[in-house]
Amino acid sequence: MSAPKAQLETLPRSLTLMLAVALIGLAAVPVFGADYTIGLVTSMMIMAIFAMSLDLLQGVTGLVSLGHAAFFGLAGYALAFMTPSGQAVSLWWTLPLAVGASALAALLIGFFVVRTHGIYFIMVTMAFAQMVYFLFFDIKALGGSDGLYLNFKPDAGLFDLEDKRVFFWFTLACLVATYAFLRRLLFSPFGRALAGIRANGHRMRALGFASFSHKLAAFTLAGALAGLAGYLWAAQTGFMNPELMGFHMSAHAIMMVILGGMGNFAGAIVGAFAFEYLLHLFKDLPDIGSFRTGKHWQLWMGLFIVAIVILAPRGILGLLARWLQRKETGDD
Amino acid sequence: MDFASFLIQLLNSVQYGLLLFMLAAGLTLIFGIMGVVNLAHGSFYMLGAYLAWSLAARLGSFALAIVVGTLLAVAFGLLLEKVLIRHFYHRDHLDQVLLTFGLIYIFEEMRSILWGDDVHGVAMPALLAASIPLTDTLSYPVYRLFMSGLCIVLAIGLYLLISRTKLGMKIRAGAFNHEMTEALGVNIRLIHALVFALGVALATVAGMIAAPISSVYPNMGGSVLIMCFVVVVIGGIGSVRGALIAALLVGFVDTFGKVLLPQVSGMLVYMLMALVLLYKPEGLFKA
Amino acid sequence: MTEAVTATATGEIQPRTPNHPGTMPGLVLTARQLTKRFGGLAAVNQVNLDLWQGRIHGVIGPNGAGKSTLTNLLSGDLPPTEGTVTLAGQDITGWNPERISRQRLGRSYQKTNIFPAFTVWENIRLAAQSRNQPFAFNPLAWLTRAATHAVVNERAEKALELALLGSRRNTIAGAASHGEQRQLEIAMTLATEPQVLLLDEPLAGMGTMEAERMVQLLLGLKADHAMMLVEHDMDAVFAVADHLTVMVNGQVIASDTPAAVRADVTVQAAYLGEAH
Repeated sequence: MSAPKAQLETLPRSLTLMLAVALIGLAAVPVFGADYTIGLVTSMMIMAIFAMSLDLLQGVTGLVSLGHAAFFGLAGYALAFMTPSGQAVSLWWTLPLAVGASALAALLIGFFVVRTHGIYFIMVTMAFAQMVYFLFFDIKALGGSDGLYLNFKPDAGLFDLEDKRVFFWFTLACLVATYAFLRRLLFSPFGRALAGIRANGHRMRALGFASFSHKLAAFTLAGALAGLAGYLWAAQTGFMNPELMGFHMSAHAIMMVILGGMGNFAGAIVGAFAFEYLLHLFKDLPDIGSFRTGKHWQLWMGLFIVAIVILAPRGILGLLARWLQRKETGDD
Repeated sequence: MDFASFLIQLLNSVQYGLLLFMLAAGLTLIFGIMGVVNLAHGSFYMLGAYLAWSLAARLGSFALAIVVGTLLAVAFGLLLEKVLIRHFYHRDHLDQVLLTFGLIYIFEEMRSILWGDDVHGVAMPALLAASIPLTDTLSYPVYRLFMSGLCIVLAIGLYLLISRTKLGMKIRAGAFNHEMTEALGVNIRLIHALVFALGVALATVAGMIAAPISSVYPNMGGSVLIMCFVVVVIGGIGSVRGALIAALLVGFVDTFGKVLLPQVSGMLVYMLMALVLLYKPEGLFKA
Repeated sequence: MTEAVTATATGEIQPRTPNHPGTMPGLVLTARQLTKRFGGLAAVNQVNLDLWQGRIHGVIGPNGAGKSTLTNLLSGDLPPTEGTVTLAGQDITGWNPERISRQRLGRSYQKTNIFPAFTVWENIRLAAQSRNQPFAFNPLAWLTRAATHAVVNERAEKALELALLGSRRNTIAGAASHGEQRQLEIAMTLATEPQVLLLDEPLAGMGTMEAERMVQLLLGLKADHAMMLVEHDMDAVFAVADHLTVMVNGQVIASDTPAAVRADVTVQAAYLGEAH
């Protein structure tokens, strides 16, 4: 197979500036936006956290997982189980617990899955995720095909998460914290080793790096962060169903990471926003005569995915970076 | 359970396993020889089922529908290979996953636009609609025996093709070393196209003969695709022999699992896969 | 050193006093009856080899002689069918490459095996980092900055200098010249501070000037390492090797000083006759 595409680890200055401006804009949304918009952007931010967690696995370590959504869903379900039907439950112990559950699941599944390579890894992650999906789909006690409801958002004590704006800023804080953590990790000894494993796994083993434990750690950490996203999703929407753990959801995450540009986490955020925006765009397309354009959103999404793979394999940030470089050298 | 029930479940296991083999054989060949992972493989199964339904109604004959349907599907598969898939043989697995996932979406919607979203039954051909009595109360459908029989015939045909014919030899050589095979004057592009067509044909026929039993419904390709992947992982990528053994194993575990342990039946096959991976991370057989 | 050993008729180096290899001063790696069979074919057949500190042991032979397979057996890339490998008194037979590398055996590859997208410096730094890599699940490994680790940087600087790559540290490895990439190949191995160096055709594909530089490089490494050099370039081998093993069809046909090997009739017939 061809070598993996070059990464965009260090972002050009101008790009970083653009992202900083976008962050400020994001923080201002609850001040100026309508309730609907606040809710929409909140779910985009949750997807961005989910996408970043996958970027750690895929963009940095080079492991393509078709089962990442399982860890997203597990934490959401954990919150649903922990929330009684009559009252709210505390954020401060349910969040670590739920994320821990996802991390533990990732550790256990990863133990089996990380020993496989290449195409096997892809297939096996898909299969294990389906197993988790069936577990929740078949067993009534876990909600079954109808899913589970949460009647209350978690109780944060100091601030009220039932307020849409407060929830927005809490999610934004989680987003920024996750991004900062992952950027730090990228340039840590662990992160450098992961990048090496992606670039030349064989040489890393020959140099004495403990490849299995590094990949397993990456898998576990990625699962934990996916759990954070899943917890927020359950808190926001109040509803968990098995579809959120299926391979379609995992494939969406892969798409987000590719769309934005892999390996630097900023791309994952951009990709998540872009993908979610497009999804809404396609679903809301007006009918053309009797042809229900919006209903067939999967067709437009499918065509878009194919177009991206053919035309822009390094994603939006890749295109932007190239365009900026061309401008800079053009001005000389 | 008594002997008759056991026999029924055994026959069902074999029939399910053989059907899975048809799909898995194509997938494993396409991956083993061209190195491309095709998530849209299940879509051809679905295509087969829908073609069986619409053509059988139009042509009035199930057998004719199978023949015409297979030809149509193969033509479509060859076009797809030439226009799109071929350019991804040397690309990252990630790109292949994404491309074929996009294709799944496209095919599902095309199906929705062309044939709608309703569930449809497909009538069994009258010739095969009988049942063989096993005891006073239990009998076994002839059609299921026919399915198994057809799969066995195709499996033998596949085996003969790959190990006894010149074409098969070229296919195996191509899997081993592309450049060398090409240098020896073999048209490797043609081989690739033929292998892809073979995979498509197997998947389509599987969908067609399964249609009378499973009905025809949206996203039917999805669930069978996962099982297919499990079979290929257990059997070993690129190994047709491995796919057969793994398919029968999966058929057995799944069928008896549903009868004996219905609570966890959905998970049993995956536990089997986990067990195999613990000792053989690359499947039971090498390519 | 030469008084303590004799070369036997089969080419083994036998210590006069029957010491355990690990306790002999300077004897770092020993391979005994090392064999690798693929089906019916023995790619490496009953090979004995000793590597001493401060000496370069050349391994030569025609294509297909089993030299690369031998290197793979010693580095752990292939498990042997028969035989043993001992490193500094420790039996490492059948160990995987990760484990063997941590026992301070370093190996460079015939086909350049670097990180093409990283800079020359980052390639070497990452290799050096392998010696200080914390446990993957240790949160400190996730939060400290890799680029400012003094011990690792020092080790990487040393390797960079030894490999004569000081001026190319910021070049993207994939864009460096072939000769520089071969030097980088060795630098990465050096950065792991091994006691044993297995070098697989370091001069592969090099022009005369680059080859001369590489020869100087190799001579500079001799004092601090036990080196095995697999090579095709006869001039280079005869210039640097203290001892030569000649392999043909998986077997050792001669194991002696370069002068003796050159004069050996069997070797001339089987191999040198072609090359000269």
